Amino acid sequence: MWEQIRSNQIRSVVLVTAMAALLLLIGYFLGLYFFDSGVGGLVIAFAVWLIMSLVGYFQGDSILLSLSRAKKISRDDYPRLYNVVEEMKIASGLEKMPDIYIIDDPALNAFATGRDPNKASVAITSGLLQKLNRDELQGVIGHEMAHIKNRDVLLMAICSVLLGTIVILAWYASRSLIFGGMTRSRSSSSRGGGGGQLQIIILAVGLVLMILAPIIAQLIYFAISRKREYLADASSALYTRYPEGLASALEKLGNSTAELKSANQATAPMYIINPFRKKGMRAADLTSTHPPISERVRILRAMGGGASFNDYDTAYRQVHSASKGILSAATASAVGSVGLRAASTAEPAVEEHKSEKVERTREVSDVMLRLNNYQTISCDCGTRLKVPPTFKDRRVECPRCGRIHTV
Amino acid sequence: MIWAWILIAVVVILIIIFIGTYNGLIGLRNQVKNAWAQIDVQLKRRYDLIPNLMETVKGYMKHERETLEAVTKARNLAQQLSSAGAGERGKAEGELGMALGRLLAVAESYPDLKANQNFLALQEELTSTENKISFSRQYYNDAVLRYNNKTQMFPSNIVAGMFRFQGGEFFEVTVAEQREAPRVSFT
Repeated sequence: MWEQIRSNQIRSVVLVTAMAALLLLIGYFLGLYFFDSGVGGLVIAFAVWLIMSLVGYFQGDSILLSLSRAKKISRDDYPRLYNVVEEMKIASGLEKMPDIYIIDDPALNAFATGRDPNKASVAITSGLLQKLNRDELQGVIGHEMAHIKNRDVLLMAICSVLLGTIVILAWYASRSLIFGGMTRSRSSSSRGGGGGQLQIIILAVGLVLMILAPIIAQLIYFAISRKREYLADASSALYTRYPEGLASALEKLGNSTAELKSANQATAPMYIINPFRKKGMRAADLTSTHPPISERVRILRAMGGGASFNDYDTAYRQVHSASKGILSAATASAVGSVGLRAASTAEPAVEEHKSEKVERTREVSDVMLRLNNYQTISCDCGTRLKVPPTFKDRRVECPRCGRIHTV
Repeated sequence: MIWAWILIAVVVILIIIFIGTYNGLIGLRNQVKNAWAQIDVQLKRRYDLIPNLMETVKGYMKHERETLEAVTKARNLAQQLSSAGAGERGKAEGELGMALGRLLAVAESYPDLKANQNFLALQEELTSTENKISFSRQYYNDAVLRYNNKTQMFPSNIVAGMFRFQGGEFFEVTVAEQREAPRVSFT
């Protein structure tokens, strides 16, 4: 379980380095063109990247959380969610309890953020809380914990900052190459003939680079992201010892059509499922941040008798009928045989009880109302009044029995 | 001259390997200790929750004296053994888990009790504590496995032998029926 992090890191480092090289290449060409010196461009590219990285490193999680309008909750707000997170924290061996946030959105999604495992947060939509039973919730939280534990969050942050820098530089550069290029090349050619040929070559290569770089960078970004998703799924199965939980949660996530309002292209890989997915996305889709849900579910369900990485790898090979697994060999053999556990509900929850669903919906909406500063008053007749913070009157009448309560 | 340099290089490399192995062993041993402390926290939490549960349940379950007494007895026994080793403790905790599972299963047939907010909160806490115990046990056993492997495998076993790193003891809950979730049928 610990070797896997390292062996995966090597691969990720290669890909990140490729992205960084791309960035430097852009900077070099920019410098060559605008200042006649590649070094100047390198410095500018590096400076832009450094500033963005620093902001991302120190403020990234709070920016992300406020962008998604997430609300922080404490243990008393929602004991069940807090307990499930704590359970997964223990199972993953994380040292510090991550902060828990709820996003008030009917879409089904969740993400993890934070620059290191000791300063992490987990965010989950209220829609997801309503839809999932305890085992499924555990699977989802286990997946997010794995992202934190494997330091995916930091890796993806580094990647998205690199991607962002490349996109920004390429955008400005291509604009100025196209619109400003004419005047610039005329002024330099008047200075003396010899450099003209070279200038045109640089211009051509630069233009191609400006167009291709963002696309290549994005593909690399997506490749890293997809691999991380598989690993997080495998880790979740290992933590919970119950792959079916995550599988059925993913199935529910896949069946919902509500789109998360507060997500955007840059934050997409942070979520457990791609917030912009289309129905029936193809398996080998290069331009996707996440593997298709149906495939993730199939792999989890194919994990016959165990919950170890080895079992996940075997299942992956089985589903893909390929000889090469998704996890490295060192990873797969890191933990020996690992048995499964039974479902936590006494009866297998094939058909969930309706009352349970209603109860859960009520529970979640109560939590959301409390988080939005609604005041709850219990009337003696059994009715519970939820008074919004904008309510001005001092007294409120129970609609059922007519008793008067003071707010 | 060249031979002297090679000798020095070999010695330096050996020292580096030695330091690495020693530190690795220390790290693993601390991980085992830490994981054990985690289990301990959860087991203590369970001891603390049981008296509350008893208070809440007592008024409703008048005819379940035996079940209730079994839980109290198992709890006291487990608490007495709380400074014992992993093996002995596992047995006592297994009994307690069994007794609690039986109690919660019986509680299903008391609708009044199931409507009690206090009981529902306690039930959530207990369920979660059970889960936390098994998750921390899982993590602890993984840590022990890694530590034991390191102390027994060549070449780290040489360093382990020199500094008396003795492997850890697995924490197994040794009640045969406990391995399966309690099944209840209402016929």
